[in-house]
Amino acid sequence: MASIAEPIAKPASRFRFILDRRDVLGAVFVAPAILYVLLLVGVPLLLSIYYSVSAYTIYNPSWHFVGLANFAQIVENPDFLRTLSNTFIFTFGSQFLGLVLGKFGALLLLRPFPGRKIVRALIILPWAVPIALATVAWQWMFDSLYSVINWSMIALGVIDRSDAPNWLGNPHLAMLCVIVVNAWRFFPFAIVIFLAGITAVPQDVIDAATVDGAGFWRRNYQIIVPMILPIVTIGLIFGIVFTFTDLSIVFLMTMGGPVGATSVLGFEGFQVGILSGDVSHGAAISLFMLPVLFVVVIFMLRFIKRREI
Amino acid sequence: MQRVIAKVAGEAAFYAGVAFFVILSTFPFYWMVITSFKTNSDLYNVTNIPFWFNDPPTLEHFRYLFHETLFTTWLLNSLIIGVCVVVITLVTALPAAYSLARMTGRNGETLGIGIFLTYLVPPTLLFLPLARVVANLGLQNSMWSLVLVYPTFTIPFCTWLLMGFFKALPPEIEEAAIVDGCSLFGAFIKMALPLSLPGILTVVIFTFTLTLQEFVYALTFISSTDQKPITLGVATDLVRGDIFYWGEIMAGALIASIPVAIAYNFFLDRFIAGITGGAVK
Repeated sequence: MASIAEPIAKPASRFRFILDRRDVLGAVFVAPAILYVLLLVGVPLLLSIYYSVSAYTIYNPSWHFVGLANFAQIVENPDFLRTLSNTFIFTFGSQFLGLVLGKFGALLLLRPFPGRKIVRALIILPWAVPIALATVAWQWMFDSLYSVINWSMIALGVIDRSDAPNWLGNPHLAMLCVIVVNAWRFFPFAIVIFLAGITAVPQDVIDAATVDGAGFWRRNYQIIVPMILPIVTIGLIFGIVFTFTDLSIVFLMTMGGPVGATSVLGFEGFQVGILSGDVSHGAAISLFMLPVLFVVVIFMLRFIKRREI
Repeated sequence: MQRVIAKVAGEAAFYAGVAFFVILSTFPFYWMVITSFKTNSDLYNVTNIPFWFNDPPTLEHFRYLFHETLFTTWLLNSLIIGVCVVVITLVTALPAAYSLARMTGRNGETLGIGIFLTYLVPPTLLFLPLARVVANLGLQNSMWSLVLVYPTFTIPFCTWLLMGFFKALPPEIEEAAIVDGCSLFGAFIKMALPLSLPGILTVVIFTFTLTLQEFVYALTFISSTDQKPITLGVATDLVRGDIFYWGEIMAGALIASIPVAIAYNFFLDRFIAGITGGAVK
């Protein structure tokens, strides 16, 4: 038996000796992932920062350093300030709406009832399905002529055909539409997060509070809400990051229009940097996301650290 | 008696609430279904009641989608991209997660959090430099650019998920294998991997759905119709000038949505556990 095993083991032995050291194998194992992320996230991030302080365009790819001139030009542009405030309205409007819907949905789904599994599966759909595809369905529902929403309102006698709203053609309504679609996309996520949090609150804590005389609202807001706060915060952080930096809903539904009313940072960066080829200004616009991301990352780290203790 | 009425009213309000949420979630999908099976003359007639079929349903939009557009090519592209990204992700994330969970101690935890945080760096911040990287590699306007770029978000996410799975395995199993003469590498291949098969399956499904859901990079890097993945193709390529082929668009969206919706529902709980990083125990 040994005589068979030995010739195979011998040539591999030096190799095996190295790989049998825990620290060496650990480093070898983790290296590909770190390299991939460094090369295709880390380096591009630095490159993006360098673009923003250079005069780089796709027509004239020079690395000429221009300092903060790009940023100065961008900030002076009133359209950009509008884009910035649109981004905040879009993000916080849709997150707020999503959280409210999520909280109510979670309260409903907490109670067992026949068919709850199926209801949950259906409610999760907006979040599961690729957002670009759901967005075109909404775009069709907001169509200027064949909108099913308008049809229903006319049929119910709420509005007249002559003054039916042009959802995506009116600046205020268009903003409302992109907020609603984004909130629609995120509320199932909020429901799932709330449910995960609430079901993790130990029943004996709630029972003890009930015995001590805490009513429904008191139990809800003084015990359950504080206990689920960490997980809800993490969910909210994901929501904020992915909304603040998104462009697909705006790109597909309104193209930033009408007249810039729904333009957001991600879309503007795409418009300037990719479509117009002005890479340096596009990069500078996108970099306005960084401060928000930093704040979010710091929050995230605090919560992750807390869970370890 | 009054109590009974109050109870009935409460029940009614409860089920009305549930119905509201179900309608809110599913109406756009119902709309996809009904639009994709309607004849054009039925679709574009504002006097018809839009909620059901006024003309008999038709398969015309599906026929057009499969025969007159590159829909099958997009399906195939998405499949190829998905499979390649899954392979790249597994090959890099599995050993990385194992190493971070088992071999690198306290530093591994910090490093793991660092890798996970890169998941939060958004495509809209990276697409400009990555467009240059893609162009330098000669991959512009090719679906292989997506195979290269998609692992930048699947690797961080899956490494994090898998770290959780590996940590949940009792280390005694691998230690026993090593005592019995297995190498460290062998313990990983022969013990840890087979035992974490459910975790690996979750990662495969999620990587695949993440590649299907992605839109920004595909939009940035690809303009040729025959290179598009399905999400991009359906959303941007079924419009001629100002004319939207709504029946075809909705039919395509429907077909692409179904597998993702099913996959999500099966693996939702693991996904939540991964995304919240075990904040709930």
